[in-house]
Amino acid sequence: MIRSSGLWSALAGRASQAVLVAVVVGVVSFSMMQALPGDSAYRIAAGRYGYDMMDAASADVVRTELGLDKPTSVQLANWLGSLARLDLGKSAVTGNAVADELKVQLGHSLLLAGAGILVSLIIAVPIGIAAGLRPGGALDRITLGASIVLRAVPAFALGVLLMLALAVHIKLLPVAGFQSPKHLILPALTLGLGLAAVSSRVVRDAVSEAMAADWQLFSRTKGLSSGQTLRRHVLRNATLPVIAYIGVQLAYVIEGVVIVESVFAWPGIGHALVHAIFGRDVAMVQGTALALGLTYVVLNLIIDLCCHGIDPRRRSIT
Amino acid sequence: MLPTAPQHNGLSVARLIGYSLLAGLALCAVKGPDLIGIDPARQSLMHTLQGPSAEHWLGTDHLGRDMLARLLSGAQLSLALAALSVLTAALPGTLLGILASWYGGWTERLLTLFADAVLALPGLLLVLMLAAISPGSWWALYAGLSLTLWVEYFRYTRQRSRVILSEPSVEASRLLGFGATHIIKRHLLPEIGPGLLTIAAFGAATAVTAVAALGFVSVGIRPPTAEWGVMMTQLLPYWREAPFLILQPVLCLVVTVLALHLSVGVRRPT
Repeated sequence: MIRSSGLWSALAGRASQAVLVAVVVGVVSFSMMQALPGDSAYRIAAGRYGYDMMDAASADVVRTELGLDKPTSVQLANWLGSLARLDLGKSAVTGNAVADELKVQLGHSLLLAGAGILVSLIIAVPIGIAAGLRPGGALDRITLGASIVLRAVPAFALGVLLMLALAVHIKLLPVAGFQSPKHLILPALTLGLGLAAVSSRVVRDAVSEAMAADWQLFSRTKGLSSGQTLRRHVLRNATLPVIAYIGVQLAYVIEGVVIVESVFAWPGIGHALVHAIFGRDVAMVQGTALALGLTYVVLNLIIDLCCHGIDPRRRSIT
Repeated sequence: MLPTAPQHNGLSVARLIGYSLLAGLALCAVKGPDLIGIDPARQSLMHTLQGPSAEHWLGTDHLGRDMLARLLSGAQLSLALAALSVLTAALPGTLLGILASWYGGWTERLLTLFADAVLALPGLLLVLMLAAISPGSWWALYAGLSLTLWVEYFRYTRQRSRVILSEPSVEASRLLGFGATHIIKRHLLPEIGPGLLTIAAFGAATAVTAVAALGFVSVGIRPPTAEWGVMMTQLLPYWREAPFLILQPVLCLVVTVLALHLSVGVRRPT
C-alpha cells in the first residue's frame, strides 16, 4: 500500500502553524487594546450611546456586561475565546463587521499577490534559464550583479523608484488607486521585481545543476537533441526547486503586500492593516493580521502540496 | 533552512567593499551630526526645496531643513536601533539555543514552541503588530525587532550545537573532565561564530529596512524625528520640483542594506 506519510506531517505542521498564528495575533491585539489610553469601558459606552448620552453609570453597565472589571488573565481568555469562535467584532471606525470588510479586501490582496508572483516568474524564468545554460558567462554575471543590488532595495523603496521612473515621468501608468486593470501594473511590478531578484538566481542554479548532471549527458548520448533534453529533462528537474522556493518567498510576498499596498493605495488587507494601526482600530488590526497570517499558512500549504505532487521521491512507501 | 558553515575564501572584493561601506556609514552616523553642526530640526521657510549649495551641501527639504543633517541623524537612529536590536536578539537567542540542545526534553520543546510561534507570521508583520502596541515610540519598535529576530539565532545554534555536542571530540573533552564552560568556549562557539555573524548582518539589514518601512507607512517613528522612511513620505509629494531630494534617503537605505549584505558575502543563509 502506498501512503504519503510526508503529506500528513506537512498538513499537521501547517495546522499547528495556523493555531499559532491565531494565538499570536490574538495576544498581540489584546495587548494593543490594553495599551490604549483611557478607560475602555468609557470608550465603548461612548461608541454605543454617543458622547453626549454617556455617563459613569452607562460605563459601569458596559464594564460588568463585557467583564472589563475582571482580572486581565480572564479578559485575555475571553478575548481568545471569541477569536476561537471566529467572532472578529466590528470595526471601531466604520462600524461594519470586520469579517465583511475582510471578504472584499482579501480578494484584492490575493489578486496583487498572484500578479506579483506571476510577474516574478515571467522575469526570473527566462533570465534564469539563459544564465544557467552558460554559468560564468556575461549574462550570468550581469544578472548576478543586478540581483545583488535589487535585493538591497526594500519593497517600498522599489515602489517609490518605479513610481518616479515610470508612472509620473513617462505618464504611462496610473500611480495609485484601484479603478482599472492598469492600476495593477505598478504594484505587481514592484512586488514581482523584488521576488525575481532572488528567484532568478534560484532558477539559474537549478538549471546549471541539471545541465551538469549525469542523466543530462546520458539523454544527449542516447540521441536526444539539446532542445529535447532541455525540455524533457533539464527544465522538468529544475521546476521543483523553483516552486519550493516560492514557498520560501511567501513571507516576502505577504510583507510586500502590506507595504506595496500602502505605497500604491491598493485597497487590500495590508493597506487596511496599516490604516487600522494608524487609527487604533484594534478589531480591524486583529482581523486583517489574522487574515494575512492565515493566507500565509494556506499558501504555504498549497506549495507543500505542489512539491509533493511534482516530486515522486517525496512520497514514501510504507 | 539554516545556514551551513560559511566558506572562508579569504577576503573577497565584495566583502571588502561591504566592510568599507559599513565603516564609512558607522563613522558618518557617530561623528557626522556633530561634525557638520547643523540642527536637523531647524526650519527655514524662506529656503525650501533648494538644490545643493555651499551652505546646504545636499539641499533643503520642504520646510527648509538641511538634508545632510537630517540624513546623518537618520543614519544614527537607524544604525543604533539595528545594532541594539541585533545585540538583544543575538545574545538570548544563542544562549537559549545552547540551553535547548544541552538539556533537551521539556526545555527544548517549550523554547521551540515559542520560536515556532514567532515564525508563524512573516517577520515584518510581527514587527508591525508589536510596534503598534505603542505606536510611534522607538522602544516598541526596538522590542518588536528583538522579539522577532532572536529566533534565527536560536534555531541555528540549536541545530548546530546538537550536532557538535555529540561529536567524539566533545565526548573526549567531557571524559577528560572539562566542564560546560570549556566545551562551549572551545568546541561550540568557534564552530557557530561565523554563521551567527552572517545572521547578525542579515538581521541588521532587516532591522534597518523595517524601521524605514514602518516610518514610511506612518506607523513607526513619528514625523518631527529625522528618519529615512519618514523623510521619504514627506518628500514624496515634492518629487516633481525636487526629485533629487526623495532619492537621497532611498539611496542611503539601499547603500546601508547593500553594505550589510556584501560584508557577509551576499548569500543569505537558507
